[in-house]
Order: sequence, then C-alpha cells, then structure tokens
Amino acid sequence: MTSLTSLTIATARDGLRARKFSAVELTEAYVAAIGKARILNAYIVETPDKARAMAKASDVRLAKAKGGPLEGIPLGIKDLFATEGIHTQAASHVLDGFKPTYESTVTANLWRDGAVMLGKLNMDEFAMGSSNETSYYGNVINPWKRKGSNAALVPGGSSGGSATAVAAHICAAATATDTGGSIRQPAAFTGTVGIKPTYGRCSRWGIVAFASSLDQAGPIARDVRDAAIMLKSMASVDPKDTTSVDMAVPDYEQAVGRPIKGLRVGIPKEYRVDPMPAEIDALWAKGAAWLKEQGAEIVDISLPHTKYALPAYYIVAPAEASSNLARYDGVRYGLRVPGDDIVAMYENSRAAGFGAEVKRRIMIGTYVLSAGYYDAYYVRAQKVRTLIKRDFDRAWSKVDVVLTPATPSPAFAPGEITDPVQMYLNDIFTVTVNMAGLPGISVPAGLSSDGLPLGLQLIGKPFGEESLFQVASAIERAAGVFQAPQWW
Amino acid sequence: MSVDQATVRRVARLARIKVDERDVPRLANELNSILHWIEQLNQVDVAGVEPLTAVVTMKMKKRQDQVTDGHYPAKIVANAPAHEDSFFIVPKVVE
Repeated sequence: MTSLTSLTIATARDGLRARKFSAVELTEAYVAAIGKARILNAYIVETPDKARAMAKASDVRLAKAKGGPLEGIPLGIKDLFATEGIHTQAASHVLDGFKPTYESTVTANLWRDGAVMLGKLNMDEFAMGSSNETSYYGNVINPWKRKGSNAALVPGGSSGGSATAVAAHICAAATATDTGGSIRQPAAFTGTVGIKPTYGRCSRWGIVAFASSLDQAGPIARDVRDAAIMLKSMASVDPKDTTSVDMAVPDYEQAVGRPIKGLRVGIPKEYRVDPMPAEIDALWAKGAAWLKEQGAEIVDISLPHTKYALPAYYIVAPAEASSNLARYDGVRYGLRVPGDDIVAMYENSRAAGFGAEVKRRIMIGTYVLSAGYYDAYYVRAQKVRTLIKRDFDRAWSKVDVVLTPATPSPAFAPGEITDPVQMYLNDIFTVTVNMAGLPGISVPAGLSSDGLPLGLQLIGKPFGEESLFQVASAIERAAGVFQAPQWW
Repeated sequence: MSVDQATVRRVARLARIKVDERDVPRLANELNSILHWIEQLNQVDVAGVEPLTAVVTMKMKKRQDQVTDGHYPAKIVANAPAHEDSFFIVPKVVE
C-alpha cells in the first residue's frame, strides 16, 4: 500500500468513505511526517492532539455515512487565520502570545466540512514578503533543490509555509492568502497549485488584515482538483464581511477536466518583460501550444498599464497596511514594551515587535498618506488602478482567460535578494490580478534548466474561477504533476 | 520628492515606531529608493480618470443599526498585556 500521506484529497476522500483506512490513521501518518520534516520549518505550531480529536470525530461521522466534503482531511493553516484558542500571530513578534477567542470564517467553513487541523504554518511577517525570510519564526526551506546542489532555497512568500507543507506532503492541502502574489508565487516555486479567487469570494473575517482592498484567501494544493475541492469549502457568503459578495458558491470540482475546445486564451504582450528570461518565455509558449492542441483559440491581447501595477501596488498596499497595523499598540493584545509615557510605550512596543520589512512598509504607507502627499501618491495610484482594471475589462470582450508566466524566475537562495525593490519584482506577473480584484491560478508547468519547478498563471473574469480550474486542468494534463524528492 | 533624515524622524513619529538615530540614514536611503521607483507612475496620464474605490461593482450592503453582538468583556481583555476586571491598563495619561 502506498503511504497515506502521498494521497491527494480526492483519493483520500474516496479511501475514507470506502473505510479502506480511518481518519485517525490518516492523521497519524501526517503527524509522523510532520515530526520528520521539522528541518523545513513549515509549521510554527503543531496541534497533534487537536488533530487526533478532530479525526476521531470524523471517523464517527464517516461510520454513519454522514461525512462532510472534507471529512477527515488533514490541513495546515497559515498563521494569518484566527483559530480559536490557538497561536495566531501572523508570524510576528508583535502578536506574542495572542490566542484568538474566535474563529475565522474560512477556517470555520473547513471544520464545518469535516477537515482536521494539523497546525499553524509559517509565513512572511504580516504576509509582507516574497521569500518567507521576514518571519519572526525563521526561514522556511523549499523541499526542492537545484540539480546537483545541496543549497537551501526559499519557498517563496508570503505563504511559504503553506507551499512547503503541501509540496513536502506534511498536510493534504493548506490555507493561504494573497495580497500581491502570496499564494501564486510560492505555489510556482514549489510545484504546487495555488488559486487566489475573485476579491469578495472568501470572507476576510478573522484573517489578520494587511491591505484590505487586496487581501483574499485561497488554497494551496497538490493538484488542480484538490484546489477546487478546497476552494468550494473555503468560499462563502458572509454577513460579517461586507465585501463578501452575494453569489452562490459553485461546485468547482465539476469544472476540472472539462474540455477547453473553442475557449479563447489571451496572451498579453506586456508580460514579455525586459529582460525576459529565455526559459520563462519558452515555458509560456509551451503552455499556449498545449492549450491550442486541446482546441483553445490563442489570441494576442494588450494590457497597456501592466508595468504600472507594481509601483501602484507599493503605494496602495503600504498605505492600507499602515492603517491596519496601527492597532498593534501594546494595549489590547500582544507585545508590550514599557516606556516613560503612553506614546513611548507605543513606540517601544512597535519598534521591538515589528521586523524590518514591516516597519519599512508602515513608514512608506505613513509617508504617502501624510499631509500634502495624499493626492500625489495615493489618489494617483488608485487612478492607475482604475486604468489597470479597464485594461482587463476591455480584454474580456476578446478572451475568456489570460495566460501568463507565474514568476520571472524559479526559487532562489535565502539572502540572494537583499534590495527591497528587487524583491518586490517577484510579484510582477501576479500583482495586476490583485489590483483588478480578479481570480488567478498558478499551475506547475515544467522544470527549469537546474531542475526547479516553474508555474504558469491563468487570470479569469470576475467570479470566473470555474474557467480557471477548467484551463488549469488542461495544462496539468499536458505537463503532469511535479514531486520534490524527499531528502529530509 | 526626496526623503531627508528629518522626514524619516517625522514619519517614524507619526507611525509610532521608535527609530534608533544610527538607523536614520539607512532608512532614508531605503525609503528614497522605493519612492524613486514608484515615481514612474508620473508617466501615466490620469487626467479625467476616477480613482478606484471598489474592485467588484456591487451595491454596498447595509444592516440594521442594532446591537447584535457583545456582552463578553472577559473575552475582549483576555489577550491584553495588562488588564484589571474588564479594563485595559495603560500608563497614566491624565495628571
């Protein structure tokens, strides 16, 4: 028998329902695998006792044939999601000791559907980073290594713990969040599938806020079908989040494997950046060729404001972050460092609690929102955002989905990128999607010359997630799935 | 627009983050390099363009102005670094 941790959600679900193995056995297999994989630093907190109790309850429901859609499936949860009574710190020192007295809507949906929690996953502090090097809990290691090299690589970020845990089979799938690429870039770096749904599809209630007009939750999973199963459970209409959109959640799994004949796939010329790495360009062309072979129509399109998305993002996101993170003041929760008066206490707590990248972004945000600069920066950036959205609105009259590379490079080494702007460029292909509120999926499509996974991104119309699963499964069919060799 | 060291100190104060004097020059450089990169937005013609206020067009949800939640002060202060009964404790602010 193959090891239980090698099963996808879809296969494990069938095995559990057929009582080939129990939910407790499946959970024990993951708990053991997590114990052997601590070198990857994917989990900040392991919750084996809670996992066992939840699995036991799943077995009771499965025995009565009353299991939910995710009954007995062990998941990892990004540290950004509030989990009642369990460590929730956004991988930051400033939230030291914080244990929420409430549960996020997304995780509550997962538990309602029978899923089992294995623990909380590492991430960039407050989801600010593209390499998982800004976590207070240390770097996460990518399970993938360059051919012939033993050097550690980053898993991408900010959902680096989620991506590593899924790629290393130490959870069946994971929750993640994406503000500028934080689901899709780490998925691309680890050979996993990650989808950021349309803004408003998943409730943001109980997710530690970074940039409220951009943040969305989504899953990272081993294949397209598992991502579809996860999103079906995570998404909901939530009265507690006024930006949650009143629209029934479709059965995304039905879209997986649906033929793509006649579908129009747009290739935006502005994504051919300068310099364009040859192997990224080749992968992109290969992806288009696969879709054409399966009957899709390839259409050249133009999204003229693409190059301005990233600089506009670095006004909007830090501005919103500087407001959202004002709440960490040493009074209501988390770290408190004493001072001579209340202001000194705020300043000392925030100085000690936030890491360098978070401080940098709070200061940028404070500056662009400060008196005299608001119109020049924030209002201008929001106008550029209108233009970016308009580019896509026009494209949708010609195409059903847009195909682009997911990242400009494969995974790199920790410490390799030290310049903040160079690090920000990792999100060059993903950030437009957040600025326009659209859904985007990253799907593994091949390996680089040194043996590392590379991803392609599909961008959809608002609430066009089904088209993304449909086309992503066509890419997966052609490219296959990619598994990191186990060295730990 | 360029950030000088006095601006770094002012922004840090506004953001309520204590900054060590020896970190000020480094922060000024970092902020300048990011702001310089952002300035390419000045190339975009935004005349007559409305700023984006919502990515998904929908009617804003409204609710009745009623109390629907609450009455659990113990939960509210449970994570506070210092609290007494149902009050947060802070350094003295009024003489």
